[in-house]
Amino acid sequence: MVDLKVKVHDLEFKNPITLASGTCGFAREMADFFDPAIVGGFFLKGSTLKNRDGNEYPRMAETPSGMLNAVGLQNKGIDYFIENIYPEIKDYDTQLIINVNGSTVEDYIALTEKVNELDKIRGIELNISCPNVKEGGMAFGVSCPGAEMVTREVRKVYDKTLIVKLSPNVTDISEIARAVEGQGADAVSLVNTFLGMAIDAETRKPKLSTITGGLSGPAIKPIALRMVWQVANAVKIPVVGMGGIMNAADAIEFMLAGASVVQIGTAVFKDPTLPVQIIKELEDYMLHHKMQSVNDLIDCLQM
Amino acid sequence: MRKFKRMAKKFVADFVVVDNKPLNATNFLIKVKSNSVLPNILPGQFVNVEINDSKEIFLRRPFSVFEVDYNDNTISMIVKILGRGSKKLTEIEPGRNVSLVYPLGKSFTYPSSTDKVLLIGGGSGVAPMLFLAKESGLDKTQVDILLGARTKEDHIDVESYSKYANLHYATEDGSLGEKGFVTQHSVFINDLTKYDKIYACGPDGMMRAIAKVAKAAGVFCEVSLENLMACGFGVCLCCIEPTNKGNLCVCTDGPVFNINELKW
Repeated sequence: MVDLKVKVHDLEFKNPITLASGTCGFAREMADFFDPAIVGGFFLKGSTLKNRDGNEYPRMAETPSGMLNAVGLQNKGIDYFIENIYPEIKDYDTQLIINVNGSTVEDYIALTEKVNELDKIRGIELNISCPNVKEGGMAFGVSCPGAEMVTREVRKVYDKTLIVKLSPNVTDISEIARAVEGQGADAVSLVNTFLGMAIDAETRKPKLSTITGGLSGPAIKPIALRMVWQVANAVKIPVVGMGGIMNAADAIEFMLAGASVVQIGTAVFKDPTLPVQIIKELEDYMLHHKMQSVNDLIDCLQM
Repeated sequence: MRKFKRMAKKFVADFVVVDNKPLNATNFLIKVKSNSVLPNILPGQFVNVEINDSKEIFLRRPFSVFEVDYNDNTISMIVKILGRGSKKLTEIEPGRNVSLVYPLGKSFTYPSSTDKVLLIGGGSGVAPMLFLAKESGLDKTQVDILLGARTKEDHIDVESYSKYANLHYATEDGSLGEKGFVTQHSVFINDLTKYDKIYACGPDGMMRAIAKVAKAAGVFCEVSLENLMACGFGVCLCCIEPTNKGNLCVCTDGPVFNINELKW
């Protein structure tokens, strides 16, 4: 038997394969396909204090080896989640981490305080990197003072695991990672989507209602991998890695680059059962390489 | 042993292509076979099909289910060439594997046994209409099917469905059935209130025109939408349609919607 258990701060994951926020709903959608207990965890859909309708249609454009989205954090608000969704998913035998978003620091604090009351949500992913909402989100994540401020204020009211999700749309992502580490973040997760654009040459119009959107999928993998490696070298806290993972080899690459846990995102749209398959392939890889613990992969790039 | 309290309801599996034949210049009938028993699949539901061997096609393509054979474990769909993805799919050879995510979406509301119904299809929207006609369990006298296309050549041969329904055709050039759009056809303009339920699937403009008249006549009407989607199972939130209940996912809250829910 191989040991797949990993830890991110206080959070224990039965394996390092988790699902990325915005690509796995509130986990129950995935339970239509597989037993949620199989995977390491779910980073639940980005939630806000109040209901958000999101951006107008069209919100998606397929691109070579990936896609752009401009969903804009559509969700029914945290109270709806607490009353209607949490009771249904709280007994899933896996880690549930909720992704939280605000347009002001007060929003982030109010949200965090509400989530803090939920026993089975043992961590939050503080999203300071959504590229698709005008009034905030990424505004905090693209400067060190912004990232520091929101991390510091949330840290004051939250004592469980605080993971800060970083934007790749910055000059130096390591700098932002160090900034949030300095304010008490327990881990960082990266990368969110890359700001991109698609135009229809025939109609001469943008393909997204918002003109620009976030690029994800295997198209971004080499850049995401480089950023994970840079950040892992810059901070002492654990790194949660993501960006275009399509198979176990991709997941292993992110772990070698320094990620303790990885998130499968856009690939789930193609194959919702992929995370289950990746766990199996990861076990096969470890057996083949005679490895006992998956921890022997983390930050173990051979130079 | 792990306990999975909720059995899988949706599946991802490889099917073998058992038939792929052109129905006309742009529509193909593709039949795929599973090696496991199929779940119940209803008219209006769809499958999300992976496009093999293409570097530029990243996402799956959704298609309405046209026929299901539970003895054979086969699903048929009508694939209309709309872009590179559907074009690529129509080139697949029998014997090849193709991956499906299924069954997805909600079905049409079944008519009650005494209902008189009108089913209107345009383009590849013909597929779920014919599926519904066959599955409705109604007598032929209770079912009118009205199919619209640009020309006779754009219509596919559906004469075998004349045992389930009365078939009516509209073409823009008058080469088959009545000349004009489906909304100008005598079946549609005569008296809609004689129908208990109207169902439509086809181009957006066609469905909106039908919805407007059906709404004014106060007749129950459901339409099947085709918004651009990434996942097909309610997590990407890309295929949203504004409704009375806010933005809903066409893939999981639809694709079938009652026209009274829509902001048309």
